[in-house]
Amino acid sequence: MESPEYTIEVENLHKRYGKLQAVNGISFKVAKGEIVGFLGPNGAGKSTTMRILTGYSQATSGIARICGVAVACHPHEIKRRIGYMPENNPLPQELRVKEYLKWRAKLKEIPAKERKRRIEQVLQRCDLERAQNRIIGKLSKGFRQRVGIADAILANPEVIIMDEPTIGLDPHQVILIRDLISRLRGKMSVIISSHILPEIEMSCDQIIIINHGKIVGKGTPGELRQTFINFTTYELEMNGKPTDLSEALKQVAPDMKIENIAEPDDKGFSNVEIRIKGKRDYGEILFDRLANNPSLRVRSFKRKEAPLEEVFLAATRRSWETVESDLAQESPENSDTPKEVESEEERPVKVVG
Amino acid sequence: MRHFFTLLRNELWKLLINPGTYIAAFLFLLIIGFFFQAILNEFAKNPQDESPSVTFFRLWFVPIFFMVPLLTMKSIAEERNSGTIETLMTTPITATEVILSKFFASYIYYLALWLFTGSFHVLFFTFARDPDLFDPYPIFGGYLYLAVSGTLFLSLGIFASSMTRSQLIAGIVAFSLVFAFIVLGSNLSEMTIILENPPLWVESLVEHADVMKHMLDFSSGVIDTRAFFLFGSCAAAFLFMSILMLEYREGAC
Repeated sequence: MESPEYTIEVENLHKRYGKLQAVNGISFKVAKGEIVGFLGPNGAGKSTTMRILTGYSQATSGIARICGVAVACHPHEIKRRIGYMPENNPLPQELRVKEYLKWRAKLKEIPAKERKRRIEQVLQRCDLERAQNRIIGKLSKGFRQRVGIADAILANPEVIIMDEPTIGLDPHQVILIRDLISRLRGKMSVIISSHILPEIEMSCDQIIIINHGKIVGKGTPGELRQTFINFTTYELEMNGKPTDLSEALKQVAPDMKIENIAEPDDKGFSNVEIRIKGKRDYGEILFDRLANNPSLRVRSFKRKEAPLEEVFLAATRRSWETVESDLAQESPENSDTPKEVESEEERPVKVVG
Repeated sequence: MRHFFTLLRNELWKLLINPGTYIAAFLFLLIIGFFFQAILNEFAKNPQDESPSVTFFRLWFVPIFFMVPLLTMKSIAEERNSGTIETLMTTPITATEVILSKFFASYIYYLALWLFTGSFHVLFFTFARDPDLFDPYPIFGGYLYLAVSGTLFLSLGIFASSMTRSQLIAGIVAFSLVFAFIVLGSNLSEMTIILENPPLWVESLVEHADVMKHMLDFSSGVIDTRAFFLFGSCAAAFLFMSILMLEYREGAC
């Protein structure tokens, strides 16, 4: 029954609400101890997929397994193995924090002997000790969010599913939650969905981008960049005329262009972004040309990683644009063989300057 | 059923810490107190055939009409509306445990409210000092009837609440169901005239379904087991339907 390798397995999951196809053939696997981020525009099917995984709603077709146990066949069994924090983090307003956690601990079948220790542990982990005797309805949003997270990790489940856990938190609390999630790495499998892209990038081992109920991108942040970003960007701080710079660029490669040029600072240096189509490494030669150009003074130079926003926009845009049939061919390729994408052309990120 | 008591305790605790519970109980007793006082007034003016306690039980359905919907409408609908049903149903508990805990929590509150009205009779007998008036059996019968019929009416309310996420709709549906049961049930005998020669079983069915008549029996001290059967079986049926409804909507087994 135990599947040692993957704690979450989803195969060809479909969910239909009347005419609306909310989830349309999603397949993925999450290894033990891995942290996975779900990205997607609103209404893409993230929450629906999470709900199916928890057994709260039923899939129209397809298989979802938690620790090798099929969710639809043994909903009870899997509920002992998951910690779930739903969207908007619903909590009973009238209870006190500790009271609520005690009740949840009982419902989650934590043995009576361990209950107290476990509650103290999560209160401390989520920095809730000061608020443990306060009424949930009177807590600020950040505190309430942490109560929800405390509840999700309370029973030390094998799989934790959190729908937008960092929504409405201030930067301090976001860091706290990020550390908390990172500490779960290796022990529990975690699925989180979020709109805060850097957040996902920092804490997740694998990112799954969903749009229109389909997986449009999957892999590590690096792999996703490989797949979706078809240009290379260099960033430099330079003192000189833009025309001279474009001249110099043309000598390196004819299609290399200045993407963006900022106002010069008081020393006359301005930030410039240079972009070239395709994944080509011109770092060394470009640096060499610019350094030896008498009319340009370069203070810093580095290759810029495309932000995850660009990846996200590119991935979701692509799924909007491509026709249905095209997608059908594309998504299995993207979703089932992430390793292939990785080995396509591994290019190390070069930082010069 | 291992989580039933955990859930029930939590429900009762939430009732205890909610000021609304006490305000509702106070207003309920105030209204019932006015009723009782009006009955006593009437009794003092003109001699009546029956003791004031019996007259009091004749009006049992008036508080039921507003009490049952108010007690039960929030049970499932509120959890669904606030989303807490999602965290609840993703723990290893069953829909049966949820429905039964909600039902028993409201039933205990319901019984407690009626129990407080018992003080009216105590006060009346203490001050009346008339041994002729003292007849405990109708009172026991009346309260027993309220306890037994409460299972059915509250199960109707829980069922209404399990169907929707809006407390308002749950309340209206609960009121309509209770109204249908009391008013239509007691007027079924008049409807049998559409049949020219109603067969015997129709007549007896109609008679058994008459909840008003059952109250008359109980409040004159006649404990009729057929009423237990009627209320018990209907309550079980509606609770079962509520469980199915929750399982259907919230996907739990």
